[in-house]
Amino acid sequence: MDFVALLAIQILYAIASLALISIGLAIIFGMMRVINLAHGEFLMLGGYAAIVATSHGISIWIAMLVVAPVVVGIIGIIVERTIIRFLYGRIIDTMLATWGLSLFLVGLTTAVFGNTTVGISAPLGSFEIGAYRASAYTLFVIAVAIVVLAGVFSVLRWTRLGLIARGTMQNANMAAALGVKPPRVYAVTFGIGAALSGLAGGVLAPVSGVFPTIGVAYVAKSFITVIGGGAAIVSGTASASALFGTVNQIATFATTPVFGEVALLAAAIVLIRLLPQGISGRFFRRGI
Amino acid sequence: MNARARNLAGLVLVAIIGLAVLFLTPRLADLDTVLELTVYMVMAILALSLALVWGYGGILCFGQSAFFGLGAYTYAIAMFNMGESTLPFLLAIALPAAFAALLGYFIFYGRISDVYLGVITLTVTLILFNSVNSTAGPEFHIGVAKLGGFNGIPGIPSLNFPGDKNATIDLEGMFYLSTAILLATYFGLRLLLASRFGRIIVGIRENERRAELLGYDPRAYKLATFTIGAALAGLAGCLFANWGSFVSPTIFGLAQSAQIIIWVIVGGRGTLIGPIIGCIGIQWLSAFLGANQSTGSGSPWAALLSNAPLVLGAILIAFVLLVPKGLVPTLGDWGQALLRPRVRERIADAAPMPVGEE
Repeated sequence: MDFVALLAIQILYAIASLALISIGLAIIFGMMRVINLAHGEFLMLGGYAAIVATSHGISIWIAMLVVAPVVVGIIGIIVERTIIRFLYGRIIDTMLATWGLSLFLVGLTTAVFGNTTVGISAPLGSFEIGAYRASAYTLFVIAVAIVVLAGVFSVLRWTRLGLIARGTMQNANMAAALGVKPPRVYAVTFGIGAALSGLAGGVLAPVSGVFPTIGVAYVAKSFITVIGGGAAIVSGTASASALFGTVNQIATFATTPVFGEVALLAAAIVLIRLLPQGISGRFFRRGI
Repeated sequence: MNARARNLAGLVLVAIIGLAVLFLTPRLADLDTVLELTVYMVMAILALSLALVWGYGGILCFGQSAFFGLGAYTYAIAMFNMGESTLPFLLAIALPAAFAALLGYFIFYGRISDVYLGVITLTVTLILFNSVNSTAGPEFHIGVAKLGGFNGIPGIPSLNFPGDKNATIDLEGMFYLSTAILLATYFGLRLLLASRFGRIIVGIRENERRAELLGYDPRAYKLATFTIGAALAGLAGCLFANWGSFVSPTIFGLAQSAQIIIWVIVGGRGTLIGPIIGCIGIQWLSAFLGANQSTGSGSPWAALLSNAPLVLGAILIAFVLLVPKGLVPTLGDWGQALLRPRVRERIADAAPMPVGEE
């Protein structure tokens, strides 16, 4: 029984971390059809922002939940203005340019921070489930993921900003004819997507530590989660994370973490073969 | 000069330069340089494989390094088990091709394209990397060959003349072999692309639906292109395993995949000579920057410039934004504009490939 509870928490955690690392990419892909291959580096920069802020005496909570998203959000807007905006509609070229950006950022952070892992210890200690101990920080990550998904859903569903964003997403020309400026919507959306990636990077930094090439570990997983989820931002990310997180964690328990990853990737290939439009393209056509 | 004459002149020029490099280098350069050039030639074969698949077939494969790595590992494992290189050499080409045929069947007959194709090829590469990386223990072996996990496989025996396992090919021989294979690949691909098959795959790249309505099955043609590309990548992998007599899982890595794509985009999609130039140029640049680092001149700018990912990333961004067609086609356009200053040719649409939206 205790073991089942522990397994359930681990599965929830795997789902939550997948959803967290993917939501920023999902927003950017869902809105603008831009595959941002520098996404992993946005997460990495979020981690560094949190760690540097903490080492300057800022409370770890503010560093993770405020500093990391703000810093990476600003970086995101700069990237959109200097690179991405020239490439809208050229999906392959955006992929290549953001891949270049990803290499560039890895090189830059290696030059600045060195090629070593830095970390901060996870706050909150641990709790007991029967004979097992689990980190309370796990529950915090799950809570953050829920809050972020609910927040993105509410903003898109019930606010004016969300209405404008959804309108631009459906038909940019029509939105422009009604007085919306699509370039501004795109810049803001890209910034928000980047900020959420920064948040995820900050929140996960105590778990994984941060090093310049950590983005590679993130980008493939979030990439397949977003593609597996399809165009609907929240329901797609949530359903794909639930599927892949469960597969990953159960395979990890049954074998080793490495084969957990392999099972996740194999599940993704099968899913894309069966549902090329992603889960939300099949089941939540009108969802957000 | 009309198009046909220009084409012929280009071919002759490449043949002359190629033969000159093949025969003169070992006579004029020292062994270090020859060794360095050998790996450039091997990588240029890899660049050609993606030039075919992406530049002509329109299939953006993020996993070309998977076939490259598979070729290298196949050669290494077969070589340890057999000791005579003819069969391992052929296996290193056949196995990646078979794997690509299987994967390609899955992709193309499922009508997966664009971004999704990118995801699947990327994912397969990561699966291979993760799996091979985790085989460090002694329990992972195929025949007598230990897989070695993240440590890789050292001491791979080199190729020998077919049939005689004591007549191994020395370092200079490897240069001749690699360069000759590169030239053969280049001219072979030119021939392939000039054939009916080549015309059809370019037609499919330009407009898949139209080609299909004309009665060609794009699935079969894409699958064939993908498989040929994988066979070439496997061949390059085999030569690479020979060159360093070492393979490790990093050759499956994302960085390796990124490099191949950078070579092709810098040199130019839709040409064969472009990716070769891009490949050799970028590798030379990387080696040059790396060499600068080791001497360590101390200034922060030198340190920044010796940072290979930083420089490669900046190059990739700059090319996508400023020279999206790549060096060779852009220079070709300029050359034409110079030759005919009065005639202003409108160059149709900088976007190289249709996005394929319904």
